[in-house]
Amino acid sequence: MDILSYFSSLNPMNFISSLPGNAAQGLIWGIMALGVFITFRLLDFADLTVDGSFAAGGAVTVVMILAGVPAPLALLAAAAAGLAAGLATGLLHTILGIPGILSGILTQISLWSVNLLILDGANKAVNVDKYSLLVSLRNVYGSILTVFLLVAVLICLLYWYFGTEQGSAIRATGSNPGMSKAQGINIDKMKVLALCLSNGLVALSGGLMSQYQGFADIKMGQGSIVIGLAAVIIGEVLGEALIGKRMNFMLRLIFVTVGGVIYYLVIGLVMWLKMPTGLLKLLTAAIVAVFLAVPYLKSRAKNSFSMAGKRGAPKNA
Amino acid sequence: MLELRNVQKTFNKGTINEKKALCGISLTLKEGDFVTVIGGNGAGKSTLLNAIAGVWPIDEGSISIGGISVAALPEHKRAPYIGRVFQDPMLGTAANMSLEENLALAYRRGQRRTLRWGVTREERELYRHELKKLGLGLEDRMSAKVGLLSGGQRQAVTLLMATLRRPKLLLLDEHTAALDPATSAKVLELTDAAVSDNGLTALMITHNMTDAIRHGNRLLMMNAGKIILDISGEEKKSLSKDYLIKKFAEASGVQEETDAVLLS
Repeated sequence: MDILSYFSSLNPMNFISSLPGNAAQGLIWGIMALGVFITFRLLDFADLTVDGSFAAGGAVTVVMILAGVPAPLALLAAAAAGLAAGLATGLLHTILGIPGILSGILTQISLWSVNLLILDGANKAVNVDKYSLLVSLRNVYGSILTVFLLVAVLICLLYWYFGTEQGSAIRATGSNPGMSKAQGINIDKMKVLALCLSNGLVALSGGLMSQYQGFADIKMGQGSIVIGLAAVIIGEVLGEALIGKRMNFMLRLIFVTVGGVIYYLVIGLVMWLKMPTGLLKLLTAAIVAVFLAVPYLKSRAKNSFSMAGKRGAPKNA
Repeated sequence: MLELRNVQKTFNKGTINEKKALCGISLTLKEGDFVTVIGGNGAGKSTLLNAIAGVWPIDEGSISIGGISVAALPEHKRAPYIGRVFQDPMLGTAANMSLEENLALAYRRGQRRTLRWGVTREERELYRHELKKLGLGLEDRMSAKVGLLSGGQRQAVTLLMATLRRPKLLLLDEHTAALDPATSAKVLELTDAAVSDNGLTALMITHNMTDAIRHGNRLLMMNAGKIILDISGEEKKSLSKDYLIKKFAEASGVQEETDAVLLS
């Protein structure tokens, strides 16, 4: 295929028509990103449970809806399942002393089996014609509105919670665990609380995604930690560029979900350009790596040994 | 106020690195005692403070603070009785939280962390008033992140956090060692004021002999996990640096000149 026929095969209308769907999915991932933000940024804990709890949320939602439970209740059950997953990781870490990353991996792997049991197989479909779902790709605009309202409520709740005494104690635990203990904070309890809350949100997001796409799949959570991180980081970079020093906690939460939407719009663009979809995960990982590296490299550029050597070197020697 | 009976702690028990850090320490502090603690590196000064604070469990003995036995309590459960300031100014405050949030965390030491709002308006007035007393202009920077403050400012804030809720016991672990002489003097002055204003019982570790003599009403010297000198009252006031250095040399068996260099 030569370059001309490649470009002529790209129809801008296709891209534009894909935007609403990608925005809806991006908003759903935005909820997941809020969960990742809690552990990664507030608790300073890289929690890999989320790949498992996202799929668990999807599995629980679909199975319960198929059993005749109303969709909103099924979604609550999904959040509860995620909470339990976070509890498992938290207890592995705090009671059994297993390092954070490993605790997350252990729960994630166990959830693969648990999810297979819940789904009674590798996947399960739920038909929007037969069941009343909260969101569906058959009704993209309605879905966007529903998820948007849900996101707004969740952001307000999180803003409130992390402003309370308990939420402040969680943030203090992430910022300085030694000082937190000296101020009488039970840091183990705070870690477990934050992990529960985070994975509850992630599973809620998984539950919405399974309704939106009309099925739950054992593999639907794969790599979601990286997508969540991508959303958090894209949101932060964008927030820094637009708001800078006037950034506050509410705006940080908003930008995290915006990061999710932007991520999905970029994915839409990549698909529209007909790049091989198999490369998407590589691309996502590259984006995350670049954005995580930039602040470090920036500070090093200002403050590096080689620069110091150049500054101190005699001229024309 | 503080009572230690035969407190023992050995690190790395049963290994080649075994270290007897506290060898049966017994110590009683009366209410209002301000005790300075000196001694060489590895004498057990910080270990003593950590044992009291509950950083790890002790092997043997008992500790009680204001009549409450605390040996079985983990660190965060002892926190209600104890205010602490560490050597490293970075350790006492949460860098990416604001000044008022840090104070609010300390103000709730020993209380349940509920779902009430983290900083209330009345508290802000209290914090502003207390910060003003430090004389560092921090009362106008209450919403600034603590990470933006200097080491001396952070140490002053940590001291305020330690005493905001009057603790039964104040533990100061070489809290001026990382500061320049002028800032160090300022923080010590604030320490004296905090202790006398609130009538606190305090233990202060220092490497500075002059400070150890000048501050407080009682002086302990430690060596090899034991208290080897305990001087208080009038006798302490008349102490000289030379006497302490001589005492230290006797106890540790190191030559006087080396110690004079190490400890001056």
